[in-house]
Amino acid sequence: MIRLSIPLRQALARLSLPLMIAAAFGVMLLGKADALLAERLRSHLADALSPIYAALAEPMSAVRGAVEEVQALAQLREENAALREENDRLRRWHSAALALESENEMLRRQLSFLPEAAPAFVTARVVADGGGTYARAVLLATGPQHAIRKGQVALDDRGFVGRVTEVGSRSARVLLATDMNSRIPVTLESSRARALMVGSNAARPRLSQWPEGVMPVDGERVVTSAEAGAFPAGLPVGVVRLSDHGAPEVELFARLDRLDAVRLFDYGLRGILPPEAVARPEPRQGRR
Amino acid sequence: MANPPFRRPEGRPAPAPGLLRRIDAFARLAFPGVSTAVLMVLAAAPVSLPSPVLAAALPCVAFWTVFRPAAMSPPVTFALGLLMDLLTMAPLGAGVLVLLAVHAAALRLRRFLARQSFLAVWLAFCVAAVGAAALYWALQALLALRLPPIAPAMHGAMLAAGLYPLIALVLTRIHEAMRIAENTP
Repeated sequence: MIRLSIPLRQALARLSLPLMIAAAFGVMLLGKADALLAERLRSHLADALSPIYAALAEPMSAVRGAVEEVQALAQLREENAALREENDRLRRWHSAALALESENEMLRRQLSFLPEAAPAFVTARVVADGGGTYARAVLLATGPQHAIRKGQVALDDRGFVGRVTEVGSRSARVLLATDMNSRIPVTLESSRARALMVGSNAARPRLSQWPEGVMPVDGERVVTSAEAGAFPAGLPVGVVRLSDHGAPEVELFARLDRLDAVRLFDYGLRGILPPEAVARPEPRQGRR
Repeated sequence: MANPPFRRPEGRPAPAPGLLRRIDAFARLAFPGVSTAVLMVLAAAPVSLPSPVLAAALPCVAFWTVFRPAAMSPPVTFALGLLMDLLTMAPLGAGVLVLLAVHAAALRLRRFLARQSFLAVWLAFCVAAVGAAALYWALQALLALRLPPIAPAMHGAMLAAGLYPLIALVLTRIHEAMRIAENTP
Protein backbone atom coordinates (compact mmCIF):
# COMPACT_ATOMS: atom_id res chain seq x y z
CA MET A 1 0.00 0.00 0.00
CA ILE A 2 1.11 3.54 -0.69
CA ARG A 3 1.70 5.44 2.49
CA LEU A 4 0.01 8.83 2.46
CA SER A 5 0.03 11.50 5.12
CA ILE A 6 -3.12 11.57 7.18
CA PRO A 7 -4.38 15.05 6.08
CA LEU A 8 -3.89 14.10 2.44
CA ARG A 9 -5.77 10.89 2.94
CA GLN A 10 -8.62 12.71 4.65
CA ALA A 11 -8.76 15.25 1.86
CA LEU A 12 -8.86 12.45 -0.70
CA ALA A 13 -11.66 10.71 1.19
CA ARG A 14 -13.65 13.89 1.34
CA LEU A 15 -13.03 14.60 -2.34
CA SER A 16 -13.74 11.15 -3.66
CA LEU A 17 -17.56 11.41 -3.62
CA PRO A 18 -17.74 14.67 -5.62
CA LEU A 19 -15.04 13.33 -7.90
CA MET A 20 -16.99 10.16 -8.50
CA ILE A 21 -20.21 12.06 -9.17
CA ALA A 22 -18.34 14.20 -11.68
CA ALA A 23 -16.98 10.99 -13.19
CA ALA A 24 -20.54 9.66 -13.46
CA PHE A 25 -21.50 12.68 -15.51
CA GLY A 26 -18.35 12.13 -17.54
CA VAL A 27 -19.41 8.53 -18.19
CA MET A 28 -22.83 9.78 -19.26
CA LEU A 29 -21.26 12.19 -21.72
CA LEU A 30 -18.95 9.45 -22.95
CA GLY A 31 -21.90 7.11 -23.43
CA LYS A 32 -23.75 9.79 -25.37
CA ALA A 33 -20.72 10.74 -27.44
CA ASP A 34 -19.75 7.19 -28.39
CA ALA A 35 -22.87 5.05 -28.59
CA LEU A 36 -20.92 2.02 -29.73
CA LEU A 37 -18.69 2.07 -26.65
CA ALA A 38 -21.46 0.84 -24.36
CA GLU A 39 -22.34 -1.92 -26.80
CA ARG A 40 -18.73 -3.05 -27.03
CA LEU A 41 -18.30 -3.04 -23.26
CA ARG A 42 -21.59 -4.90 -22.83
CA SER A 43 -20.59 -7.60 -25.27
CA HIS A 44 -17.21 -8.00 -23.55
CA LEU A 45 -18.93 -8.31 -20.18
CA ALA A 46 -21.46 -10.78 -21.57
CA ASP A 47 -18.60 -12.84 -23.00
CA ALA A 48 -16.94 -12.90 -19.61
CA LEU A 49 -20.14 -13.75 -17.75
CA SER A 50 -21.54 -16.32 -20.12
CA PRO A 51 -19.80 -19.31 -18.42
CA ILE A 52 -21.45 -18.29 -15.13
CA TYR A 53 -24.85 -18.05 -16.75
CA ALA A 54 -24.28 -21.34 -18.55
CA ALA A 55 -23.51 -22.99 -15.21
CA LEU A 56 -26.59 -21.36 -13.69
CA ALA A 57 -28.85 -22.39 -16.53
CA GLU A 58 -28.83 -26.04 -15.49
CA PRO A 59 -30.24 -25.71 -11.94
CA MET A 60 -32.51 -22.88 -13.02
CA SER A 61 -34.07 -24.94 -15.76
CA ALA A 62 -34.54 -27.73 -13.23
CA VAL A 63 -36.39 -25.34 -10.91
CA ARG A 64 -38.44 -24.01 -13.78
CA GLY A 65 -39.24 -27.54 -14.86
CA ALA A 66 -40.43 -28.40 -11.35
CA VAL A 67 -42.65 -25.32 -11.24
CA GLU A 68 -44.07 -26.15 -14.63
CA GLU A 69 -44.64 -29.70 -13.50
CA VAL A 70 -46.69 -28.48 -10.53
CA GLN A 71 -48.67 -26.14 -12.76
CA ALA A 72 -49.24 -28.93 -15.24
CA LEU A 73 -50.53 -31.14 -12.42
CA ALA A 74 -53.03 -28.49 -11.40
CA GLN A 75 -54.09 -28.08 -15.00
CA LEU A 76 -54.37 -31.82 -15.30
CA ARG A 77 -56.88 -31.87 -12.49
CA GLU A 78 -59.06 -29.26 -14.14
CA GLU A 79 -58.72 -30.92 -17.48
CA ASN A 80 -59.63 -34.23 -15.96
CA ALA A 81 -62.81 -32.83 -14.47
CA ALA A 82 -63.72 -31.17 -17.75
CA LEU A 83 -63.02 -34.36 -19.66
CA ARG A 84 -65.10 -36.43 -17.29
CA GLU A 85 -67.99 -34.04 -17.70
CA GLU A 86 -67.57 -34.08 -21.47
CA ASN A 87 -67.36 -37.85 -21.41
CA ASP A 88 -70.70 -38.04 -19.61
CA ARG A 89 -72.24 -35.72 -22.13
CA LEU A 90 -70.79 -37.66 -25.03
CA ARG A 91 -72.00 -40.93 -23.58
CA ARG A 92 -75.50 -39.51 -23.45
CA TRP A 93 -75.15 -38.45 -27.08
CA HIS A 94 -73.73 -41.82 -27.94
CA SER A 95 -76.76 -43.57 -26.57
CA ALA A 96 -79.02 -41.08 -28.33
CA ALA A 97 -77.16 -41.75 -31.56
CA LEU A 98 -77.48 -45.50 -31.12
CA ALA A 99 -81.20 -45.14 -30.50
CA LEU A 100 -81.60 -42.90 -33.52
CA GLU A 101 -79.56 -45.26 -35.65
CA SER A 102 -81.71 -48.23 -34.79
CA GLU A 103 -84.84 -46.19 -35.31
CA ASN A 104 -83.50 -45.01 -38.66
CA GLU A 105 -82.70 -48.58 -39.59
CA MET A 106 -86.21 -49.64 -38.75
CA LEU A 107 -87.81 -46.80 -40.70
CA ARG A 108 -85.62 -47.48 -43.71
CA ARG A 109 -86.62 -51.11 -43.71
CA GLN A 110 -90.24 -50.04 -43.77
CA LEU A 111 -89.71 -47.50 -46.55
CA SER A 112 -87.48 -49.62 -48.78
CA PHE A 113 -85.10 -46.65 -48.83
CA LEU A 114 -82.48 -46.63 -51.57
CA PRO A 115 -79.10 -46.34 -49.76
CA GLU A 116 -76.46 -43.95 -51.04
CA ALA A 117 -73.27 -45.45 -52.30
CA ALA A 118 -70.23 -44.59 -50.22
CA PRO A 119 -68.35 -41.96 -52.20
CA ALA A 120 -64.90 -42.69 -53.51
CA PHE A 121 -62.17 -40.29 -52.49
CA VAL A 122 -58.48 -39.70 -52.88
CA THR A 123 -56.31 -37.80 -50.45
CA ALA A 124 -53.89 -35.31 -51.88
CA ARG A 125 -51.17 -33.25 -50.28
CA VAL A 126 -51.38 -29.47 -50.37
CA VAL A 127 -48.14 -28.21 -51.85
CA ALA A 128 -48.71 -24.49 -52.34
CA ASP A 129 -51.04 -21.76 -51.24
CA GLY A 130 -52.30 -19.11 -53.57
CA GLY A 131 -51.05 -18.54 -57.05
CA GLY A 132 -53.11 -18.80 -60.15
CA THR A 133 -56.13 -16.72 -60.91
CA TYR A 134 -57.69 -16.86 -57.49
CA ALA A 135 -56.72 -15.13 -54.28
CA ARG A 136 -57.72 -18.07 -52.07
CA ALA A 137 -56.76 -21.33 -53.71
CA VAL A 138 -54.41 -24.20 -52.96
CA LEU A 139 -52.42 -26.41 -55.26
CA LEU A 140 -52.53 -30.16 -54.68
CA ALA A 141 -49.96 -32.68 -55.76
CA THR A 142 -51.75 -35.54 -57.47
CA GLY A 143 -50.63 -38.33 -59.68
CA PRO A 144 -51.67 -39.23 -63.17
CA GLN A 145 -53.15 -42.43 -61.82
CA HIS A 146 -55.83 -40.51 -59.97
CA ALA A 147 -58.75 -39.49 -62.04
CA ILE A 148 -59.23 -36.01 -60.62
CA ARG A 149 -61.85 -34.04 -62.35
CA LYS A 150 -63.15 -30.49 -62.17
CA GLY A 151 -65.99 -29.98 -59.78
CA GLN A 152 -64.86 -32.56 -57.25
CA VAL A 153 -65.47 -31.62 -53.65
CA ALA A 154 -62.51 -31.08 -51.33
CA LEU A 155 -62.85 -31.70 -47.59
CA ASP A 156 -60.27 -31.71 -44.86
CA ASP A 157 -60.65 -33.74 -41.66
CA ARG A 158 -63.19 -31.26 -40.29
CA GLY A 159 -65.32 -30.03 -43.12
CA PHE A 160 -65.80 -28.40 -46.46
CA VAL A 161 -62.74 -26.80 -48.06
CA GLY A 162 -63.63 -26.01 -51.64
CA ARG A 163 -63.96 -27.28 -55.13
CA VAL A 164 -61.48 -28.44 -57.75
CA THR A 165 -61.27 -25.84 -60.48
CA GLU A 166 -58.24 -26.75 -62.51
CA VAL A 167 -56.72 -30.14 -63.17
CA GLY A 168 -53.32 -30.86 -64.58
CA SER A 169 -51.66 -34.20 -65.03
CA ARG A 170 -49.81 -33.99 -61.70
CA SER A 171 -51.57 -31.21 -59.88
CA ALA A 172 -54.97 -29.83 -59.20
CA ARG A 173 -56.09 -26.45 -57.95
CA VAL A 174 -58.81 -26.17 -55.35
CA LEU A 175 -60.77 -22.94 -55.09
CA LEU A 176 -61.30 -22.39 -51.37
CA ALA A 177 -64.68 -21.44 -49.99
CA THR A 178 -63.24 -18.12 -48.80
CA ASP A 179 -62.29 -16.88 -52.26
CA MET A 180 -64.24 -13.99 -53.72
CA ASN A 181 -65.32 -16.15 -56.63
CA SER A 182 -66.69 -18.96 -54.51
CA ARG A 183 -70.47 -19.42 -54.33
CA ILE A 184 -71.60 -22.47 -52.39
CA PRO A 185 -75.24 -23.45 -52.02
CA VAL A 186 -75.81 -24.25 -48.38
CA THR A 187 -78.61 -25.25 -46.04
CA LEU A 188 -79.06 -23.75 -42.59
CA GLU A 189 -79.48 -26.87 -40.59
CA SER A 190 -82.09 -25.92 -38.00
CA SER A 191 -84.37 -23.83 -40.23
CA ARG A 192 -83.71 -25.96 -43.36
CA ALA A 193 -83.52 -22.69 -45.29
CA ARG A 194 -81.38 -22.57 -48.40
CA ALA A 195 -78.81 -19.83 -48.75
CA LEU A 196 -75.70 -18.97 -50.69
CA MET A 197 -72.29 -18.82 -49.04
CA VAL A 198 -70.32 -16.07 -50.75
CA GLY A 199 -66.57 -15.83 -50.28
CA SER A 200 -65.04 -12.41 -49.67
CA ASN A 201 -61.30 -13.24 -49.50
CA ALA A 202 -61.63 -12.83 -45.73
CA ALA A 203 -61.52 -15.68 -43.23
CA ARG A 204 -65.31 -15.96 -43.00
CA PRO A 205 -67.50 -16.12 -46.08
CA ARG A 206 -70.79 -14.26 -45.93
CA LEU A 207 -74.25 -15.71 -46.20
CA SER A 208 -76.63 -14.25 -48.71
CA GLN A 209 -79.85 -15.00 -50.53
CA TRP A 210 -81.62 -16.66 -47.65
CA PRO A 211 -85.40 -16.79 -48.02
CA GLU A 212 -87.63 -14.13 -46.58
CA GLY A 213 -88.90 -14.75 -43.08
CA VAL A 214 -85.86 -16.73 -42.02
CA MET A 215 -82.92 -15.17 -40.27
CA PRO A 216 -79.68 -17.11 -39.83
CA VAL A 217 -79.16 -17.55 -36.10
CA ASP A 218 -75.76 -17.26 -34.45
CA GLY A 219 -74.39 -20.74 -33.80
CA GLU A 220 -76.56 -22.49 -36.38
CA ARG A 221 -74.81 -25.25 -38.30
CA VAL A 222 -74.39 -24.82 -42.01
CA VAL A 223 -74.20 -27.80 -44.37
CA THR A 224 -74.02 -28.04 -48.13
CA SER A 225 -77.18 -28.25 -50.11
CA ALA A 226 -77.82 -30.40 -53.14
CA GLU A 227 -79.36 -27.45 -54.95
CA ALA A 228 -78.11 -27.14 -58.53
CA GLY A 229 -76.59 -30.59 -58.35
CA ALA A 230 -73.09 -29.35 -57.59
CA PHE A 231 -72.67 -30.80 -54.13
CA PRO A 232 -74.22 -33.63 -52.18
CA ALA A 233 -76.46 -32.49 -49.37
CA GLY A 234 -75.30 -32.47 -45.82
CA LEU A 235 -71.52 -32.00 -45.98
CA PRO A 236 -70.47 -30.07 -42.86
CA VAL A 237 -69.44 -26.52 -43.74
CA GLY A 238 -69.43 -24.38 -40.64
CA VAL A 239 -71.33 -22.40 -38.06
CA VAL A 240 -73.21 -19.13 -38.51
CA ARG A 241 -71.57 -16.19 -36.76
CA LEU A 242 -72.93 -12.67 -36.79
CA SER A 243 -70.28 -10.09 -37.70
CA ASP A 244 -69.81 -6.80 -35.86
CA HIS A 245 -72.32 -5.18 -38.18
CA GLY A 246 -74.83 -7.97 -37.69
CA ALA A 247 -74.26 -9.57 -41.07
CA PRO A 248 -74.36 -13.36 -40.93
CA GLU A 249 -71.07 -15.03 -41.77
CA VAL A 250 -69.94 -18.64 -41.73
CA GLU A 251 -67.13 -19.75 -39.49
CA LEU A 252 -65.80 -22.73 -41.41
CA PHE A 253 -65.05 -26.00 -39.70
CA ALA A 254 -62.11 -26.55 -42.02
CA ARG A 255 -58.88 -24.87 -41.08
CA LEU A 256 -58.13 -23.24 -44.39
CA ASP A 257 -55.08 -21.41 -43.11
CA ARG A 258 -53.27 -24.63 -42.26
CA LEU A 259 -54.25 -27.19 -44.83
CA ASP A 260 -51.78 -29.99 -45.34
CA ALA A 261 -53.89 -32.65 -47.00
CA VAL A 262 -57.40 -32.66 -48.38
CA ARG A 263 -59.70 -35.44 -49.48
CA LEU A 264 -61.20 -35.10 -52.93
CA PHE A 265 -64.58 -36.76 -53.12
CA ASP A 266 -66.13 -37.84 -56.34
CA TYR A 267 -69.87 -37.84 -55.93
CA GLY A 268 -70.40 -38.19 -59.62
CA LEU A 269 -72.28 -34.93 -59.76
CA ARG A 270 -72.22 -33.04 -63.03
CA GLY A 271 -74.29 -30.10 -61.90
CA ILE A 272 -71.75 -27.46 -62.76
CA LEU A 273 -70.58 -27.48 -66.30
CA PRO A 274 -66.90 -26.89 -66.86
CA PRO A 275 -66.33 -23.67 -68.76
CA GLU A 276 -65.13 -25.37 -71.91
CA ALA A 277 -68.33 -27.42 -72.08
CA VAL A 278 -70.53 -24.34 -72.14
CA ALA A 279 -71.83 -24.11 -75.67
CA ARG A 280 -70.76 -20.93 -77.33
CA PRO A 281 -73.10 -19.61 -79.99
CA GLU A 282 -71.46 -20.81 -83.15
CA PRO A 283 -71.20 -18.48 -86.07
CA ARG A 284 -73.87 -19.30 -88.52
CA GLN A 285 -72.73 -20.83 -91.70
CA GLY A 286 -74.10 -20.70 -95.12
CA ARG A 287 -75.72 -17.33 -94.71
CA ARG A 288 -74.43 -13.89 -94.55
CA MET B 1 -9.96 -5.30 26.05
CA ALA B 2 -6.69 -5.36 27.93
CA ASN B 3 -3.41 -5.08 26.12
CA PRO B 4 -0.95 -7.89 26.61
CA PRO B 5 1.44 -6.92 29.40
CA PHE B 6 4.58 -7.12 27.30
CA ARG B 7 3.50 -4.43 24.84
CA ARG B 8 4.18 -0.78 25.31
CA PRO B 9 0.87 1.03 25.95
CA GLU B 10 1.59 3.90 23.53
CA GLY B 11 2.58 1.65 20.65
CA ARG B 12 0.39 0.25 17.86
CA PRO B 13 -2.36 -1.89 19.30
CA ALA B 14 -2.06 -4.57 16.61
CA PRO B 15 1.07 -6.52 15.81
CA ALA B 16 2.88 -5.78 12.59
CA PRO B 17 0.65 -7.05 9.81
CA GLY B 18 1.80 -10.33 8.40
CA LEU B 19 0.81 -11.62 4.99
CA LEU B 20 -2.15 -13.66 6.28
CA ARG B 21 -3.44 -10.76 8.32
CA ARG B 22 -3.12 -8.43 5.39
CA ILE B 23 -5.01 -10.85 3.16
CA ASP B 24 -7.65 -11.14 5.85
CA ALA B 25 -8.04 -7.37 6.10
CA PHE B 26 -8.16 -7.02 2.35
CA ALA B 27 -10.81 -9.73 2.11
CA ARG B 28 -12.92 -7.89 4.65
CA LEU B 29 -12.42 -4.66 2.77
CA ALA B 30 -13.27 -6.18 -0.57
CA PHE B 31 -16.13 -8.37 0.55
CA PRO B 32 -18.96 -5.79 0.33
CA GLY B 33 -18.12 -4.69 -3.18
CA VAL B 34 -17.41 -8.15 -4.53
CA SER B 35 -20.47 -9.75 -2.93
CA THR B 36 -22.66 -6.97 -4.29
CA ALA B 37 -21.21 -7.42 -7.75
CA VAL B 38 -21.78 -11.18 -7.60
CA LEU B 39 -25.34 -10.67 -6.45
CA MET B 40 -25.95 -8.24 -9.30
CA VAL B 41 -24.52 -10.66 -11.83
CA LEU B 42 -26.75 -13.41 -10.43
CA ALA B 43 -29.73 -11.06 -10.54
CA ALA B 44 -29.00 -10.30 -14.19
CA ALA B 45 -29.31 -14.00 -15.04
CA PRO B 46 -32.19 -14.49 -17.42
CA VAL B 47 -35.17 -15.20 -15.19
CA SER B 48 -38.59 -13.69 -15.53
CA LEU B 49 -38.31 -11.00 -12.86
CA PRO B 50 -38.72 -7.30 -13.59
CA SER B 51 -35.47 -5.31 -13.32
CA PRO B 52 -33.92 -7.24 -10.43
CA VAL B 53 -30.41 -5.83 -10.90
CA LEU B 54 -31.29 -2.43 -9.43
CA ALA B 55 -33.30 -4.20 -6.73
CA ALA B 56 -30.29 -6.33 -5.83
CA ALA B 57 -27.79 -3.48 -5.92
CA LEU B 58 -29.71 -0.88 -3.90
CA PRO B 59 -30.04 -2.80 -0.58
CA CYS B 60 -26.40 -3.89 -0.63
CA VAL B 61 -25.06 -0.42 -1.37
CA ALA B 62 -27.30 1.18 1.23
CA PHE B 63 -26.50 -1.41 3.90
CA TRP B 64 -22.75 -1.34 3.46
CA THR B 65 -22.68 2.45 3.23
CA VAL B 66 -24.50 2.76 6.52
CA PHE B 67 -22.67 0.04 8.42
CA ARG B 68 -19.25 -0.20 6.75
CA PRO B 69 -18.57 2.95 4.75
CA ALA B 70 -14.87 2.26 4.52
CA ALA B 71 -15.52 -0.81 2.38
CA MET B 72 -18.31 0.75 0.30
CA SER B 73 -16.35 3.80 -0.78
CA PRO B 74 -17.38 6.07 -3.66
CA PRO B 75 -15.01 4.38 -6.14
CA VAL B 76 -16.50 0.97 -5.29
CA THR B 77 -19.99 2.43 -5.71
CA PHE B 78 -18.93 3.90 -9.01
CA ALA B 79 -17.67 0.53 -10.22
CA LEU B 80 -20.87 -1.18 -9.11
CA GLY B 81 -22.93 1.44 -10.92
CA LEU B 82 -20.91 0.90 -14.07
CA LEU B 83 -21.45 -2.85 -13.75
CA MET B 84 -25.18 -2.25 -13.34
CA ASP B 85 -25.30 -0.10 -16.46
CA LEU B 86 -23.46 -2.75 -18.41
CA LEU B 87 -25.64 -5.58 -17.10
CA THR B 88 -28.84 -3.78 -17.93
CA MET B 89 -29.67 -1.99 -21.14
CA ALA B 90 -29.79 1.40 -19.44
CA PRO B 91 -27.82 4.28 -20.94
CA LEU B 92 -24.28 4.43 -19.61
CA GLY B 93 -23.93 6.54 -16.46
CA ALA B 94 -27.52 6.45 -15.22
CA GLY B 95 -26.97 3.57 -12.79
CA VAL B 96 -23.66 5.08 -11.65
CA LEU B 97 -25.33 8.33 -10.68
CA VAL B 98 -28.25 6.58 -8.96
CA LEU B 99 -26.01 4.38 -6.84
CA LEU B 100 -23.77 7.34 -6.00
CA ALA B 101 -26.84 9.35 -4.95
CA VAL B 102 -28.02 6.53 -2.70
CA HIS B 103 -24.49 6.22 -1.35
CA ALA B 104 -24.27 9.94 -0.64
CA ALA B 105 -27.67 10.01 1.06
CA ALA B 106 -26.82 6.99 3.20
CA LEU B 107 -23.44 8.50 4.07
CA ARG B 108 -25.05 11.75 5.15
CA LEU B 109 -27.59 9.95 7.33
CA ARG B 110 -25.50 7.05 8.57
CA ARG B 111 -24.82 8.37 12.05
CA PHE B 112 -28.54 8.86 12.51
CA LEU B 113 -29.56 5.58 10.84
CA ALA B 114 -27.06 3.33 12.62
CA ARG B 115 -28.76 4.12 15.92
CA GLN B 116 -32.31 3.48 14.70
CA SER B 117 -34.26 0.25 14.88
CA PHE B 118 -34.37 -2.09 11.91
CA LEU B 119 -37.89 -1.01 11.01
CA ALA B 120 -36.93 2.65 10.81
CA VAL B 121 -33.94 1.83 8.61
CA TRP B 122 -36.18 -0.23 6.38
CA LEU B 123 -38.69 2.60 6.07
CA ALA B 124 -35.92 5.04 5.22
CA PHE B 125 -34.62 2.56 2.67
CA CYS B 126 -38.08 2.25 1.10
CA VAL B 127 -38.22 6.02 0.61
CA ALA B 128 -34.71 5.97 -0.80
CA ALA B 129 -35.56 3.10 -3.15
CA VAL B 130 -38.57 4.91 -4.57
CA GLY B 131 -36.46 8.04 -4.97
CA ALA B 132 -33.66 6.08 -6.60
CA ALA B 133 -36.05 4.35 -9.00
CA ALA B 134 -37.59 7.68 -9.93
CA LEU B 135 -34.14 9.19 -10.50
CA TYR B 136 -33.11 6.15 -12.55
CA TRP B 137 -36.23 6.48 -14.68
CA ALA B 138 -35.73 10.22 -15.13
CA LEU B 139 -32.09 9.74 -16.13
CA GLN B 140 -33.04 7.05 -18.63
CA ALA B 141 -35.67 9.34 -20.11
CA LEU B 142 -33.20 12.21 -20.27
CA LEU B 143 -30.34 10.22 -21.75
CA ALA B 144 -32.41 8.29 -24.28
CA LEU B 145 -34.61 11.31 -25.07
CA ARG B 146 -37.80 9.28 -24.90
CA LEU B 147 -40.18 8.30 -22.10
CA PRO B 148 -39.66 4.70 -20.96
CA PRO B 149 -42.61 3.08 -19.16
CA ILE B 150 -42.57 3.92 -15.48
CA ALA B 151 -43.98 0.59 -14.31
CA PRO B 152 -40.68 -1.39 -14.45
CA ALA B 153 -38.91 1.30 -12.40
CA MET B 154 -41.61 1.15 -9.73
CA HIS B 155 -41.50 -2.65 -9.78
CA GLY B 156 -37.76 -2.39 -9.22
CA ALA B 157 -38.28 -0.06 -6.26
CA MET B 158 -40.87 -2.34 -4.70
CA LEU B 159 -38.70 -5.38 -5.28
CA ALA B 160 -35.75 -3.59 -3.67
CA ALA B 161 -37.89 -2.63 -0.67
CA GLY B 162 -39.10 -6.21 -0.36
CA LEU B 163 -35.62 -7.68 -0.75
CA TYR B 164 -34.03 -5.36 1.81
CA PRO B 165 -34.99 -7.31 4.98
CA LEU B 166 -33.76 -10.55 3.44
CA ILE B 167 -30.45 -9.09 2.30
CA ALA B 168 -30.03 -7.07 5.50
CA LEU B 169 -30.58 -10.18 7.61
CA VAL B 170 -27.76 -12.02 5.89
CA LEU B 171 -25.48 -8.99 5.71
CA THR B 172 -26.02 -8.17 9.39
CA ARG B 173 -24.80 -11.64 10.31
CA ILE B 174 -21.74 -11.21 8.11
CA HIS B 175 -21.11 -7.72 9.45
CA GLU B 176 -21.25 -8.98 13.03
CA ALA B 177 -18.88 -11.81 12.22
CA MET B 178 -16.47 -9.38 10.60
CA ARG B 179 -16.61 -7.04 13.57
CA ILE B 180 -15.86 -9.87 15.95
CA ALA B 181 -12.97 -10.96 13.75
CA GLU B 182 -11.61 -7.42 13.69
CA ASN B 183 -11.88 -6.91 17.43
CA THR B 184 -10.05 -10.07 18.41
CA PRO B 185 -6.33 -9.51 18.04
